[in-house]
Amino acid sequence: MSFSGALAQLFAIALALVLAPLLSGWVGQCRAWLQSRTAPPLLLPYYMLRKLFEKDVVLAHNASSLFRAAPFVIFGCMLLACAIVPTLSTDLPFAPAADALALVGIFGLARIFIALAGMDVGTAFGSLGGRREMLVGFLAEPALLMVFFTLAMIAQSTSLATIVETLAHRELIIYPSLAFAGVAFTFVSLAENARVPVDNPATHLELTMIHEAMILEYTGRHLALIEWAASLKLYAYSCLGLALFFPWGIAPGDNILALAAAIPLLLLKLAIGGFLLAAIETVNAKMRIFRAPEFLGTAFMLAVLGLLVRLLLEVKV
Amino acid sequence: MNAAIPLSAQLINLFAAVILLLAFAMLAQRRMLSLVNLFAAQGFCLFLATLTAAVTTGQSHLFYSAGLTLLLKVIALPWILYRLVRQLNIKGEVEALINIPTTMLVGIVLVMAAFNVALPISELSHTITRGTLGIALAVVMLAFLMMITRQKAISQVVGFLSMENGLFLAATSATYGMPMVVELGIALDVLVGMIILGVFFFQIRDQFDSLDIRHMEKLKDN
Repeated sequence: MSFSGALAQLFAIALALVLAPLLSGWVGQCRAWLQSRTAPPLLLPYYMLRKLFEKDVVLAHNASSLFRAAPFVIFGCMLLACAIVPTLSTDLPFAPAADALALVGIFGLARIFIALAGMDVGTAFGSLGGRREMLVGFLAEPALLMVFFTLAMIAQSTSLATIVETLAHRELIIYPSLAFAGVAFTFVSLAENARVPVDNPATHLELTMIHEAMILEYTGRHLALIEWAASLKLYAYSCLGLALFFPWGIAPGDNILALAAAIPLLLLKLAIGGFLLAAIETVNAKMRIFRAPEFLGTAFMLAVLGLLVRLLLEVKV
Repeated sequence: MNAAIPLSAQLINLFAAVILLLAFAMLAQRRMLSLVNLFAAQGFCLFLATLTAAVTTGQSHLFYSAGLTLLLKVIALPWILYRLVRQLNIKGEVEALINIPTTMLVGIVLVMAAFNVALPISELSHTITRGTLGIALAVVMLAFLMMITRQKAISQVVGFLSMENGLFLAATSATYGMPMVVELGIALDVLVGMIILGVFFFQIRDQFDSLDIRHMEKLKDN
């Protein structure tokens, strides 16, 4: 582990912490524009976080220690996920700690904790949200794993850094399997980040909410951590998608110049990605909760097809 | 390994993959008009794949069959289907016999089977498009599945036409297309079949007030 590598790693984490709420704010702003509403300020998530950190925590009487520990665990998981995903450079000291499969596990750990915390207080909404979250999660995880398997077959490795390096520094080859995997990954990220076809992040309507139902009981800094973790998750998924399917411009090693060039490119890609996300959310209606298995089943099917197409077209010939 | 594949073959593989994707989309589609749109898109991908093969190999009859595909499957047949859907006033959702996620899973199994069956066959062929033989077979199987699981006559016909797309892709990928006479014959067959089936739709609807072909199981000669 080189010194500049560690520096790049720290910088990537700091960037994730700063950029994640900004990305959420940007998506919210684009959504408002596309729906011809007056847009909220771009920095709204920061104001929210500051307000929440200043407020006192109100705990339910029967809340256990798990309820209090969960926000920190979730926040830690998301931060670790952001540290593993190669955002600016592929030379990350953290990268050997966890490969793509472990990343799925980290997301799974956060999901279990948020579902348990939702059920902990014993309100009806909390357990409803927890159950729905587990339903979505158990359908989304295999699809995500299949996407990673397809990519791992291309790169001959499950390490994210190696995958991104292989994809970024190759001669131009059209991989049809990548197209399948990309669409499947988009589906999964929409479902995992509580975005419109599956869940609406802005709703508090009891029949439809999933993510919001679980965190209804949280207040003050706990809520702030969970909100921050949610935007970190969106950031991690966006960066993962960009790194895997549009990997151009990610610095190969600890080259400071390439690193500096990677930052504006990352910002540009995130801005475009956020706008597309807002566009997807605007043109789609939220589907019934019982349609979610079909949606995620399609994602799984696409990922499996990607794997099969990879085997048929790209290996044997 | 990948570097050995020329760009044209990569393009054809890409188009073939999109054709397979569209076959799945048709299998999952609930709305009739979107089904026709998807069929037109599939035809267009087939046209692009054939055109790429034609440009690469310089075989003149492939140009003709690409043109034929464009005229027939992208313009004529979808247009006829649009008119039929509008005249028959079919609205709402297509009912499938099996629910859609199950159909998808069956579809994946079919694709695996098709890929496995096609692998030894495609090794006998020496065309640049031979990799897509498995996909062509899979498209045929998926179209079969669609014909089996759908109840409405029109979606069965779309399945039939999509199967023809798969066969066409198979012919192109294995041997650079069938002889021109055969190809013209099939094209005409499909067109005439489509027109006759269009007439049939009206007869079925007049007789049963519905396009659900299950009513035809109860036919009796009194």
